[in-house]
Amino acid sequence: MTDPKPVLRLRDIVKTFPGVRALDGVSFDVRAGEVHALMGENGAGKSTLMKVLGGVLAPNEGQIFIGEDPVVMTSPKQAKAMGVMFIHQELSLADELSVAENIFLGELPLKSFGRVDWDKLYADTDRILETLNVGFDAKTRVGDLSIANQQMVEIGRALTVDPRAVIFDEPTASLTDAEKVVLFNVIADLQARGVGIIYISHRMEEIFKITDRISVLRDGQYSGTLNTAETNEDEVTQLMIGRSLDLSRNASHHQMGNVALEVRGLSCGRLFEDVSFDVRQGEVLGFYGLVGAGRTEIAETIFGLRTPSAGQILLNGQEVQITSPIDAIKLGISLVPEDRKDQGLVLGMNCKDNMSLPQVGRLTKGPFVSQGAEIAIFDKYRDKLDIRTPGWRQAVGNLSGGNQQKIVIGKWLSMQPEVLIVDEPTRGIDVGSKSEIHNLIRDLAAQGFAVIVISSEMPEVLHVSDRIVAMFAGRVMREFTSEEVTEDNLIQAISGIKEQGPAGHAAASHGIGQDKALT
Amino acid sequence: MTIMTKQHVVTFVAKQGILIAFVLFMVGFAIANQRFIAMDNILGVVRSSAIIGVMALGVTFVVIGGNLDLSVGSMMSFSTIVVLDLHDKVGPAMAIPIMFALTLLLGAFIGFLVGYLKLNSLIVTLGMLSAIHGLTLTWSGGQNMDIADKSGTWFSFFGQDRLLGIPVPILVFGLLAVVLSLLLSKTAFGRQVYAVGGNGQAATFSGIPRARIVFLTYLVSSFCVATAGLLQASRSLGSQNTVGQGLELTVLAAVILGGASLLGGSGTVFKTVIGVLILGFIQNGLLLVGLDFYVQYMVTWAIIILAVWLDVAAKRGRLWSPIA
Repeated sequence: MTDPKPVLRLRDIVKTFPGVRALDGVSFDVRAGEVHALMGENGAGKSTLMKVLGGVLAPNEGQIFIGEDPVVMTSPKQAKAMGVMFIHQELSLADELSVAENIFLGELPLKSFGRVDWDKLYADTDRILETLNVGFDAKTRVGDLSIANQQMVEIGRALTVDPRAVIFDEPTASLTDAEKVVLFNVIADLQARGVGIIYISHRMEEIFKITDRISVLRDGQYSGTLNTAETNEDEVTQLMIGRSLDLSRNASHHQMGNVALEVRGLSCGRLFEDVSFDVRQGEVLGFYGLVGAGRTEIAETIFGLRTPSAGQILLNGQEVQITSPIDAIKLGISLVPEDRKDQGLVLGMNCKDNMSLPQVGRLTKGPFVSQGAEIAIFDKYRDKLDIRTPGWRQAVGNLSGGNQQKIVIGKWLSMQPEVLIVDEPTRGIDVGSKSEIHNLIRDLAAQGFAVIVISSEMPEVLHVSDRIVAMFAGRVMREFTSEEVTEDNLIQAISGIKEQGPAGHAAASHGIGQDKALT
Repeated sequence: MTIMTKQHVVTFVAKQGILIAFVLFMVGFAIANQRFIAMDNILGVVRSSAIIGVMALGVTFVVIGGNLDLSVGSMMSFSTIVVLDLHDKVGPAMAIPIMFALTLLLGAFIGFLVGYLKLNSLIVTLGMLSAIHGLTLTWSGGQNMDIADKSGTWFSFFGQDRLLGIPVPILVFGLLAVVLSLLLSKTAFGRQVYAVGGNGQAATFSGIPRARIVFLTYLVSSFCVATAGLLQASRSLGSQNTVGQGLELTVLAAVILGGASLLGGSGTVFKTVIGVLILGFIQNGLLLVGLDFYVQYMVTWAIIILAVWLDVAAKRGRLWSPIA
């Protein structure tokens, strides 16, 4: 195969912000018909590079070429006119409008007197939707679509012009496995049409599945390009962080204590039904399943954010009633929530205030909050969790994702809980921080905490858990010990496939419920 | 490192813009009219700002908590009319606590609707603006309210007397500002107000009783309104039913000018005091340079919009941007 011509080249791009060289001479090119992964830790400069490419930021030095022509990108509109399209991580759709209106937003086809040419609009849209092979039509209201289908609409936008390069920024962040397959097919289609694809993601698995080449940024500098077929995860990770990431199995060797939390037959409407499990002191219990399997809802119910319709929760053998997070906190349950920006942190508040928030009412001296006590807590967990911040005065919104997550974890550890529930501990954070957080979870268990980890990433669940509860459609399908679990039987369990092998005790005791879920 | 880039300059100007504009205004006014910087004029401005100021202190809590309070003007009319009416019926010593209790009851009602029933605060307080006005008119029968014996009551102390040479309204404003500043910045309650306004969901996940915190911000607000009503009634010893009409916007303007975000979660009592004083001095200055009283309505709002613009500009580091 002759080397296809690059559709897009960036040469020696430099972008500085006050005090920082965000991009330091980055060069990078995308060939026609290739999928080119762009990787790097958070803060490595990926977003800045894409903003330069999209005309949102002007580079201080360097040159962009489209085909053979040098161009100066001055606005997102111009980037689009040149055939450079972005599929953003955060969806920017108008929920109340139809699919067609969203796809052609800002450039609706018009008839005389500025009237919208609806026939043409719907016809054009349906043509685009056809190439995307989706199950909804042009007139569907976007707010009624699933996140995955909304993403398809976003992709549809990129197809209104004849794109030369399409940039996907973490497109699979909220997709299920089945939905990913559809997305990857669309990408393959674009590829076959000779479009150059830039694919930004933290997920190695996907990168190795669909990309041709991988370019890596580190601290604003270009650290290399690898041919996907000739490299492996270790090599990429090393380029990203200068060392490799350990994801080996990691069952505890220390002694487990008593059962700290037991849940019996817990149900919450149709979100989940008849869920039973227990977790011991010193143990990490993993919850694995597809998005929507009911894992987060179970955590929220235990934490008092939802009211169960049936079942019991026992702490240290005593049945407890939990009707609000206040109750849960009093009983020694902590929840590190799924979405750190919406649920975990007050972004405008400083690090210290965020960390002490759940117990600020207790840290008082006379009528006032004792700043000394707060700073002591912050310092303790900053050291313990290795949180990198200039100081407690820093607003958490300015920290990297990994450090933000550590603030949330520190906040809940400082409550000295009996049971710590961590929902998606490493979502959207970089590889280096990921492994730190994994180690931290293992350490907590070794110190005697009962830890529940909910995760959508299989390597993570396998890596940190002593036992794994597999969920499907609101039910516990099977419980695995770390010896019996394999990737295959875990995938089968979370896909609702009834397994043939020896059943774990949860699956055995809820065999009837399991059958019901499958019919 | 110390080189000022264009972005630095924009950020600096935008961040300090209101203070810079304020200083320029003051200098201009002082040159135009020497009286502007005379001590008695300055005291006069602070004194006449005290009533707005006291209300703004309370609204600061509500706004930081992520809500609005458009009912304060109307509620202040209510407090004023009630305390004047009761003054002659039960005597000032009883009238004042009864008026405070009734005003707090109104605040509690709003707090219940917004906090516990989670109704939109704009709608609730807009509705209450009208409803409380009706309540006031019903109480007074639509008549102006006057104290019979204006020279024979100690009730005039709060609005008209001086203590240590300083007008009492200024002392009340100052004292309340200090107490509420401590409440907001130093207590657990204050911290929880910031958390609820900054990110209500995260506050709930942290075990903060969101409804109760919102409820309490409205109690603080209504307490301030009652105090403002007391100052107003004591100063004039007689009042129309509409004495507080329109003040809700001036109060909100002062709070925004002080830099509190309408989205909640930011602002301080001190900044609100600055906002109140800026508004007061600019209005006074406009009068002293001979502009028509009505011009202040336009100028005030031009300043507010400038303030909001500069606030946004400071956040994004440029004055104008094609993207959000």
